[in-house]
Amino acid sequence: MKLTLGPLLFHWPADRIADFYARIADAAPVDRVILGETVCSKRAPFNERAFLDAAERLAAAGKEVAFSTLALPTTKRERTMTAALVDSGFLTEVADVTALRHLPADAPFLVGPLVNVYGEGTLRWFGARGARTVCLPPELSIAQAAAMAATGVETELWAFGRAPLALSGRCYHARLAGRSRDSCQYVCEADPDGLAVDTVDGQPFLAVNGVQTLSEGYVNLAGDLDAVRAAGVARLRLSPHGGDMVAVAQAFRDALDGRIDGPEALARIAALDPGRRFANGYALGRRGIDWTHAA
Amino acid sequence: MRKLELVCPAGTPAALRAAVDAGAHAVYCGFADETNARNFPGLNFSRAELATGVAYAHARGAKVLVAINTFPIPGREALWREAVADAETAGADAAILADIGVLAYAAENHPRLRRHLSVQAAAANPDAINFYAETFGVRRVVLPRVLTVAEIAAINREIDAETEVFVFGGLCVMAEGRCALSSWATGESPNLSGACSPAAHVVYAEEADALVLKLGGLTLHRSPKDAPQPYPTLCKGCFATEQGGARRESHVFEDPMSLDAATLLPDLAAAGVTALKIEGRQRSRAYVSAVVSSFRKAVDALAAGRPAPPGALAALCEGGDATQGAYRKTWR
Repeated sequence: MKLTLGPLLFHWPADRIADFYARIADAAPVDRVILGETVCSKRAPFNERAFLDAAERLAAAGKEVAFSTLALPTTKRERTMTAALVDSGFLTEVADVTALRHLPADAPFLVGPLVNVYGEGTLRWFGARGARTVCLPPELSIAQAAAMAATGVETELWAFGRAPLALSGRCYHARLAGRSRDSCQYVCEADPDGLAVDTVDGQPFLAVNGVQTLSEGYVNLAGDLDAVRAAGVARLRLSPHGGDMVAVAQAFRDALDGRIDGPEALARIAALDPGRRFANGYALGRRGIDWTHAA
Repeated sequence: MRKLELVCPAGTPAALRAAVDAGAHAVYCGFADETNARNFPGLNFSRAELATGVAYAHARGAKVLVAINTFPIPGREALWREAVADAETAGADAAILADIGVLAYAAENHPRLRRHLSVQAAAANPDAINFYAETFGVRRVVLPRVLTVAEIAAINREIDAETEVFVFGGLCVMAEGRCALSSWATGESPNLSGACSPAAHVVYAEEADALVLKLGGLTLHRSPKDAPQPYPTLCKGCFATEQGGARRESHVFEDPMSLDAATLLPDLAAAGVTALKIEGRQRSRAYVSAVVSSFRKAVDALAAGRPAPPGALAALCEGGDATQGAYRKTWR
């Protein structure tokens, strides 16, 4: 099984992006890295250069590189960004069907987890259209992923990081700051892993990231890899966070290669970020927030 | 002025008749299973009820649109295919579809059944809409509730399909069909099971002086016992956040409000919209009747160049409060 590092979902300063991907290029045992801004087009002017430099460095280190489209393009500028990315020569990860209008019939592409590919018929349609890999929606269980993988189209599973749960036309970071999206002043930059949204009883629940809503708990399938392997899934997706992603990727790699077992992988990842809450409910066909491991 | 088509909800055969009698140009409904996004107990149609409903509507000049607008999950695809076939057999005027696999199936196997794109597909720009129109012969698109009126006008100038927009009722603040908040808390969501914030997971708990609304064990609201209680839809809940060092409780995503775009009808007509959609298949026959007749008067007045009749719908909004959602540029 291969490892994919998904696109950075958060608004990080350009130098932090550069440092992060330099380290990934040098030390992370991941096979494919998705770059580019997928959540908010307003961030793109600040991080585009850093992503292009990272692409060069990652490719030189032997990683396969792709760029994600925006997940919810509505404005003319956002549509133009999507079309330009498809024309750029980089492998494209489609985060919204908008990109399909621009993709040539014979061009290979990837499908990200925010495109609704829930059933076999839809997966086959994307395979026939040229999708090389389809990252399944995080809501699907491992059992459902097995049925999807049986189609023969290469599938990927969301294995680490806050689950991307919703997108909106409204920016919640700006709304909480009493601003509109146009005058946001990039308030989301203050929360490099998202802004926690607790219940009024203080129970951790969600996190907002601009127009995106994520889970508060990090999905973590490091303890469920035997079932994932049996399902025939080809790749696991790790979603970038502020912690030590090289160590996270190494724990997954070691567990997949049989050098450590599930509990050891979980223990290693937990030790990186004490107090962090994890979840694996979706993978087991339960409510997403559930966590069935002791650690 | 060209008359706007009024598309009205029918959660039950009785609501279908009420909507048609109140002046609906079209009603939309679904089968009693997870093939549609209002898969709630006691709602929706059997095959026989749909055929009867189609006959009732057609005899009075109204159309019936069948929502088959969820996403087939692995191993269950046959259910969606049967729904498409049965909608055509029942004489439906169109199927409202969201899933690419189902669209491809319908286009290939039931080409004579008109295809509308559900809001659950969240096609939010001309490229996405033209993709669906060109690839699957989609004739009408229900637009997601994230667009401004100006954006809707711009979309209509660039696409070769009709547009339908929501004007009244429940309001998703998230891009429809791309929201899994409900399943994170309960295991059920629109995409997995055709239901958001399902009632089976709701608990109303009494504390000393307050009533607490919980969904999947998570508190969404705490208010004085005598205050009006909203339904605990997840995105309308009250949550705690900390920004710039200050903790506060607020409706982070959206206040418990309904959409009411009645005053925007002239703008929507000028933007090139073909049809207006009223949300509420879970609502009562009396509600449907009141809302449909009110909007029909407004649509008729607009077409005749008369001023809109005074609105009487405020009392029907959730919590009595209404918003124009994204249509005004306030979200931006």
